[in-house]
Amino acid sequence: MLYRSRADSIERSLALTLAAIVLFVIANLFPVIGLEVQGERIETTLFGTVRALYDQDRVLVAALVCLTTIIMPAVELGAMAYLLIPLRLNQTPPAAALVFRMLGLSRPWGMVEVFMLGILVALVKLAQLAGVLPGIAMWSIFGLMFILAAAASAFDPRALWARLERKS
Amino acid sequence: MTRSFVSAAQLGLLSCHVCGLLSRPSAARHRTSCPRCGSHLHARKPNSIARTWALLIAAIILYVPANALPVMETSSIFGEQEDTIMSGVVYLWSSGAWPLALVVFIASVTVPLAKIIALAFLVISVQRRSTWQPVQRARLYRLVELVGRWSMLDIFVIAILVALVQLNALATIRAGPAAIAFGAVVVLTMFAAMTFDPRLIWDAQETRDGSS
Repeated sequence: MLYRSRADSIERSLALTLAAIVLFVIANLFPVIGLEVQGERIETTLFGTVRALYDQDRVLVAALVCLTTIIMPAVELGAMAYLLIPLRLNQTPPAAALVFRMLGLSRPWGMVEVFMLGILVALVKLAQLAGVLPGIAMWSIFGLMFILAAAASAFDPRALWARLERKS
Repeated sequence: MTRSFVSAAQLGLLSCHVCGLLSRPSAARHRTSCPRCGSHLHARKPNSIARTWALLIAAIILYVPANALPVMETSSIFGEQEDTIMSGVVYLWSSGAWPLALVVFIASVTVPLAKIIALAFLVISVQRRSTWQPVQRARLYRLVELVGRWSMLDIFVIAILVALVQLNALATIRAGPAAIAFGAVVVLTMFAAMTFDPRLIWDAQETRDGSS
């Protein structure tokens, strides 16, 4: 199927984008997984994984992880919110074309769903080593995976441009 | 083959990759940009074949260290251990988590290799102006684009393990030299898939129809 138009695409994708932003913030603030060894508790956040790679001088790998799990999803969500919120309020966002292009660039490089699978594999590997504690961020990444996909598929560039062009 | 459509290129129109607008380029200007979103416009992606080849060859070269060198180094009270991508899969398999072993095997071994082979096949078929099974080849391209990102799985697993397993005396895990090579293979093949222009598959069809 090539294209199907929906009348309320802007409202729907905006609602999903805002929900995804909430989950994304939680995913970044709270620990993803914790490890309990001899009564000691070690936890890592999303950025903690980047930090650990950086500290081991694996700078490029750290950059790749940071880009695909933090920066690109943030750009994607930010760009969608930037375009959709003013349109919902009947205003035109400045530099809409530029932000729209950024959105297109960010999409293939945001890999939240792959990271989620990575968490599962890591959980299994670690379970043999010590007690593992799934963190709050793991659940929000799990939710983010679905809501981000739903927001992206509800986002309709044609409806967006139709509204932008009607304004100008 | 009777066709009920014409391509934009045949009508002298250009479609924008980014926003999808179809526009007529002004003949005066050498380099045109989309009148709506300002992206560069081109009938076909510039130097698609040469660029895809360059990225593919780089990916093939890096594929060797990515699989031969250790991707993860574990040092514990039991001694040092180095894991390659493949030995990580074997470890998962032998510890009983075979569904996950299968997932990791597909994502980190099968997918990168299949992707390189599929893209090489597509580029060669386009270079030879092949008219063989264009629908199947277009499908193959879409599959390559869809599935490529999943190869990042191993990098993420390593990132999480490295961050957590820092138990000074007991065990520490470090990312091995293969990690960056492996990441580079994934990124390079993703770029290779992006620079390949699937419309070239149909262009061979068009010239053949035109001449007959």
